Amino acid sequence: MIKVTIDDVEIEVAPGTTILNAARQAGGDLVPPAMCYYSKLPGTGGKCRTCLVEVAAGSTADPRPMPKLVASCSTTVMDGMIVKNKTSERVQTNRGGVVEFLLVNHPLDCPICDQAGECHLQDLGYEHGSAKTRYREERRTFSPIDIGNKIKLHMNRCILCYRCVAVANQLTDSRVHGVLHRGEHAEISTYIENAIDNDFSGNMIDVCPVGALTDKTFRFKSRVWFLKPYEAECACNKCSGKAVVWMFGNEIFRVTARKDKYGEVETIEDKTAWICNDCRFDKKDPSNWTLIGPRKIDRHSVISQGKYATKNDNNPKLLR
Amino acid sequence: MKADHPQAVNEAPIEFSANTMAEINRVIGLFPEGKQKSAILSVLHLVQDEFGWVSVGAMNRVALILGIQPIEVYEVATFYTMFHLDPVGKNVLEVCRTGPCQLVGSDDLITYIEEKLDIKVGETTKDGMFTLKTVECLGACGYGPMLMCKYQFYERLNKEKVNEMLDAMREASNS
Amino acid sequence: MSRKLLIEHAEVPGIASYETYRKHGGYASVEKALKTMSPDEVVEEVKKSGLRGRGGAGFPTGMKWSFLAKPEGVERHLVCNADESEPGTFKDRYLMEKLPHLLIEGMITSSYALGARRSYIYIRGEFMYVLRILEKAIAEAYANGMLGKNILGSGYDLDLVVTPGGGAYICGEETALLESLEGKRGNPRMKPPFPAVKGLWGNPTVVNNVESIAAVVPIVNEGGEAYAKIGIERSTGTKLISASGNLVRPGVYEIELGLSVEEFIYGDNYCRGIANGKKLKACIPGGSSVPILPHYLVTKTAAGTDRLMTYESLADGGFASGSMLGSGGFIVFDEDQCIVRNTWNFARFYAHESCGQCSPCREGTGWMEKVLYRLEHGTGTLEDISLLEEINKKIEGNTICPLGDAAAWPVAAAIRHFRDEFEWHVKSPQEAQTRNYGLIQAPLEA
Repeated sequence: MIKVTIDDVEIEVAPGTTILNAARQAGGDLVPPAMCYYSKLPGTGGKCRTCLVEVAAGSTADPRPMPKLVASCSTTVMDGMIVKNKTSERVQTNRGGVVEFLLVNHPLDCPICDQAGECHLQDLGYEHGSAKTRYREERRTFSPIDIGNKIKLHMNRCILCYRCVAVANQLTDSRVHGVLHRGEHAEISTYIENAIDNDFSGNMIDVCPVGALTDKTFRFKSRVWFLKPYEAECACNKCSGKAVVWMFGNEIFRVTARKDKYGEVETIEDKTAWICNDCRFDKKDPSNWTLIGPRKIDRHSVISQGKYATKNDNNPKLLR
Repeated sequence: MKADHPQAVNEAPIEFSANTMAEINRVIGLFPEGKQKSAILSVLHLVQDEFGWVSVGAMNRVALILGIQPIEVYEVATFYTMFHLDPVGKNVLEVCRTGPCQLVGSDDLITYIEEKLDIKVGETTKDGMFTLKTVECLGACGYGPMLMCKYQFYERLNKEKVNEMLDAMREASNS
Repeated sequence: MSRKLLIEHAEVPGIASYETYRKHGGYASVEKALKTMSPDEVVEEVKKSGLRGRGGAGFPTGMKWSFLAKPEGVERHLVCNADESEPGTFKDRYLMEKLPHLLIEGMITSSYALGARRSYIYIRGEFMYVLRILEKAIAEAYANGMLGKNILGSGYDLDLVVTPGGGAYICGEETALLESLEGKRGNPRMKPPFPAVKGLWGNPTVVNNVESIAAVVPIVNEGGEAYAKIGIERSTGTKLISASGNLVRPGVYEIELGLSVEEFIYGDNYCRGIANGKKLKACIPGGSSVPILPHYLVTKTAAGTDRLMTYESLADGGFASGSMLGSGGFIVFDEDQCIVRNTWNFARFYAHESCGQCSPCREGTGWMEKVLYRLEHGTGTLEDISLLEEINKKIEGNTICPLGDAAAWPVAAAIRHFRDEFEWHVKSPQEAQTRNYGLIQAPLEA
């Protein structure tokens, strides 16, 4: 095991662990935010630069500090490494810079965005953003497009994390969407009108950290914080059938995978519990599902500030 | 379909000429077994050499030839700026606009060609003879102002040289 | 006049052909290396020579070679970076066009040193006519037994392929180049792993600039120690300088490192001074990515010593009053040039060339370009100038690859040295549209 200190907390992790994953093992507020890294999708990370941290000492063997801030998601820990995240002003300043960059071309259309309330960019904005923009230029815009009949792509909101590309590469048999053009003109697209027709394509919605990819069966139906999430199960021959159903009254408004506090799909019985498109888009009748109980949303979002997690919720009354 | 890519409708893969196919097979053969995707830029250049531009139908054919998904071809073709994804004129004038050329008059060169051909940067003459584009540094900084057309460099340009060059191109394209 | 180790025979008629090149001593390094030296001995000579990467970063080539991982049974590659795209730099094109066999000779000798049996030259797509010249030369080299199986009876096999890019500055970054060579978008890779461990198709790979590989030829022929005697301190050997801008005689020059900047700009054997009898306003000595120097810091350092064409002297004074040798793209501005316009021009270049993968570069380069556009076109504010400084501090050091720094440094340096000219554009927007600001004064003269 390797000893590493992050924000004055010493932990032991396995060799080869990244700084970010070491921080997640330690838990608490020393965990850097991550907009593009997704532990369940190999090859992701390094792009958004929100997880930058300061390495004050490289290792016991070579205690020199690293001159630049490093992406904690793709830098492995060394024995005796000292990392500063919350405790580094330099990190906080530069992370603020990254958040500003992510927002300069963002439409800030949270009031009409389905992701509002569970958006990682929103969280970052609250924590590191400034109240006023310094961007006086015209924002870049794209027209929304359909990627198949169940997924809507709002490129204006995209931060180019490449997670959805990884989903298509790793969960589906043929990728039909990708990143086109380059620089600030880079966009997620299919280039030609092309439906993504695959049982697991809907997981792109779950991995999207912002409101760029949204569920067309749920669009504009409700704000997420008005819904009550329940862990639910169904018999499915394509996926685990373990999901979260988001209800209002007796109605199921949407179905998502079960996500942890970092917004990642949970591992259940040693497998990442991706859900199939049948479960996500088509099973909207409560009789499709067995409700297990209320799902706690363990992220500081407005959802968790809602009143759904009352004591009574152990016994979902609304369904009776 | 996307409004900002009028050319981007799905098209059946188009056929390439026998010459192009022979060259494509040669460049694929330069790479080890299983690494044929490495030839993609060479192949796209060959396709553009034959048709003047790279259409969706052409890219769909390239995908079949290389055994990859069409999106992988679109991703690459849109990343590299040498590939014209819309139809262009017979002669595409690509004028370098970057710093070192600007110091020696590339702005004036661009204006002169615009006036001479009565088109703006990005446009094609009505007779389809010329398309004017600006590009970033072509690595001819000591010999500016300059432009590239059909992989040929025209350097240290002035009005007289531009006139002669345009005439020669017109003649070559008409014959 | 400096000694020329690389381009001495460049203007010899027919030197692009194998026969003529051979008559002028060509392929001697291949014979020497393959017949009398072990691969490690070649690496040793390169280390002794003190050769530093000629692409811009100046990392010692011998050291880079010694990092190459050599696991049993895994193929290794040498990849030549001929994606020359740094504005102000056009030396590699000259070398390859005139002396294709020099690069091929360097590739063979270097590949032998590294144990590579499949090597590649990745050349920018715009140099397609140079690619044809190289293809022809490679065919000649095969026909004469310098490439292929059992070269010169040594038992060493090498295949060499030249392949084009498609128009992307970023592919000059070595991991972007490798991605491109694999047929993908030129997105730089996260490092580590470095190419020396995981490069082309996951195999250990060395990526070197054209000029670095060509320099291996004289190093092997004359010995690393002899090479190291040329130049000053850690700037050994000769260097190709691409001179552009407002000079009497721009072009490619091979200099011995240590030549004075004064001699290079004004000397009869070099650029012969500023064109049209004008005065020097500024100079970017190492390609558009390095800091610009105002006229009073070009030929002298801030300490008043002569500025020399070396890695160390051009960097003297750090970013406050120095710059970098970089790729040797020496861009000269006369008194009538507008620094704001030029800074905007380069910012537009970097915004155009950003791959768009990481947020600070994708958003920051575009933002800087737009702000500079306004400053140049008369709608900028004084706050915009400080905003630019803020933006480039947030880009610098925070990106995946050095393109972010390359975009940030020129803007920072231009504002550092020419703030008055930027402010003048804000305060007198109309006047700034009709005339240039002219020379700025050195702080001491002011």
